[in-house]
Amino acid sequence: MNKKRTGERIIYWLMRGITYLVVAFIAYILIDILVHGLPAISWEFITGMPEKSGAEGGIFPAILGTLFLVIGTIAVALPLGMFSAIYLTEYAKQSKFTQTIRMAIVTLAGVPSIVFGLFGLGLFVITLDFGSSILSGSLTLACMVLPTIIVASEESLKSVPKYMREGSLALGATKWETIYKNILPYALPGMLTGSILGVGRAAGETAPILLTAAAFFLPELPSSVFDQVMALPYHLYILATQHPEAQKILPMQYGTALVLLFLVIGLNFVAIIFRIRVRKKYKW
Amino acid sequence: MNKQRLKAKFIKYFLQSCGSLSIIIVLLIFLFLFKEAIPFIGDPGLGDLFHNIWNPVSFQKEEFGIVPLVTGSILVTLLATVIAIPFGIIGAVYISEVASPREREFLKPFIEILAGIPSVVLGFFGLIVIAPLIKQLFNLNTGLTALTGAVLLAFMAIPTIMSISEDAIKSVPSIYKEASLALGASKLETIWKVVVPAALSGIVASVMLGMGRVVGETMTVMMVTGNAPVISMNPFTSVRTMTATIAAEMGEVTIGSNHYMALFWVGIVLLLMTFALNMISFRVLKKYGMIDK
Repeated sequence: MNKKRTGERIIYWLMRGITYLVVAFIAYILIDILVHGLPAISWEFITGMPEKSGAEGGIFPAILGTLFLVIGTIAVALPLGMFSAIYLTEYAKQSKFTQTIRMAIVTLAGVPSIVFGLFGLGLFVITLDFGSSILSGSLTLACMVLPTIIVASEESLKSVPKYMREGSLALGATKWETIYKNILPYALPGMLTGSILGVGRAAGETAPILLTAAAFFLPELPSSVFDQVMALPYHLYILATQHPEAQKILPMQYGTALVLLFLVIGLNFVAIIFRIRVRKKYKW
Repeated sequence: MNKQRLKAKFIKYFLQSCGSLSIIIVLLIFLFLFKEAIPFIGDPGLGDLFHNIWNPVSFQKEEFGIVPLVTGSILVTLLATVIAIPFGIIGAVYISEVASPREREFLKPFIEILAGIPSVVLGFFGLIVIAPLIKQLFNLNTGLTALTGAVLLAFMAIPTIMSISEDAIKSVPSIYKEASLALGASKLETIWKVVVPAALSGIVASVMLGMGRVVGETMTVMMVTGNAPVISMNPFTSVRTMTATIAAEMGEVTIGSNHYMALFWVGIVLLLMTFALNMISFRVLKKYGMIDK
């Protein structure tokens, strides 16, 4: 009996060890980038223009470009995803059509990012003639994050209890009034949080914007949505693999990686904090 | 009254059209990939895609055989899956059955971070840290191998495998566990002989979803697998995946050229592969009641 106990204990410890190995790997990545990236960060690095093709100077245009792309993606995908989720939870009945939508969402969620790039290139850049631009990039990324936003928004809508709908309907409100005044106010924070998590992914994506929006170096900041932009992930990719002196400019690479990581994880962090706060506020 | 009804109808149709947007986008993706790729069938002909050499830029003879790219993707994906499975599944079992609630509260979000790390950052980390390590460890000429890519991609698949396996494990009815414990089985025996087998199809689906993610990953593999389009099943050689080929070559290609169309065919093959993986896991998860019908 005792022997068996010891054996089980060893197995438990093995399982624990394997799980924490993953944790250690994540911690190692984060710490490595933090330790090597922090010395590279300075006011000039954040706000300056790149010099000597990225070997010196700052990354301001890349930060700005990524922000533009993220804002564009949110502006397109957020309303569409939310409306889509409202339709699915509040209006859709069990039908072939609804099932097809669900299947499409799952399919869309599994499409590789580079295929979204090809699609964006074919549709937005060439056929609609938007060129390689903020607009093309944002639309492509919006298609990519749409399923995440829909699923997150649906979860949030479903968590609003049924009696809140029934109470409102019983008092004579129309269906839309019920949704607009009695469900959305409670569901909106959750919908936003889930969506931010989705958009965080878009901020770090490189492959789609490679084909639809990004340029490595631009002498001027973009002035309209039809301009190409620099972007943090693409900047890091070029500095790390294509730059003739890639080995010598490691600090620049680490600095860019840290800023990008900070942006993406920071965005997630904000979303999570927001969710915890809202959960405490609205309880039923 | 009539006006209100009209408004209600309008709202419904508006929301419905937003809802059907996902279907439209999926159709558009297939449409535009094929639209750009179709002329290839006439000249130089689809047969060229099945050749064993990918050499699209050449003064003598351009070769558009995508076989090395497909084998490259398969090699990296299989390796990554083999590495990811033990971590993903054992991690999921540990988190859902063994860890204390407080531990769980720390582990779950922390591992979620891994899913949030941009692939280009992971690739950069691989290039600087993992590749030299693998070069040294196995005494190779270069650290940029299929194995390097696989190690990094495994860590990308782990969060997917873990979170979905965990859901599958949680959805096993507790009477199974109670019955097993009542019959005198220990907790460990119950976990591995009752709970995990009962959740197996969900776990398999999670692995397939993880594989779908890995096949489609672009930046990490492009940065660390060395990008040599050769047919090889040796983990220590440089390979080039389908995704990396598209990303690396699309920038320099003339729109409408044979090379351009060939890259779209690579995209189509990739899309179909991930589509198949996703559909199978979708079916399984639906049967499990883990996805809305």
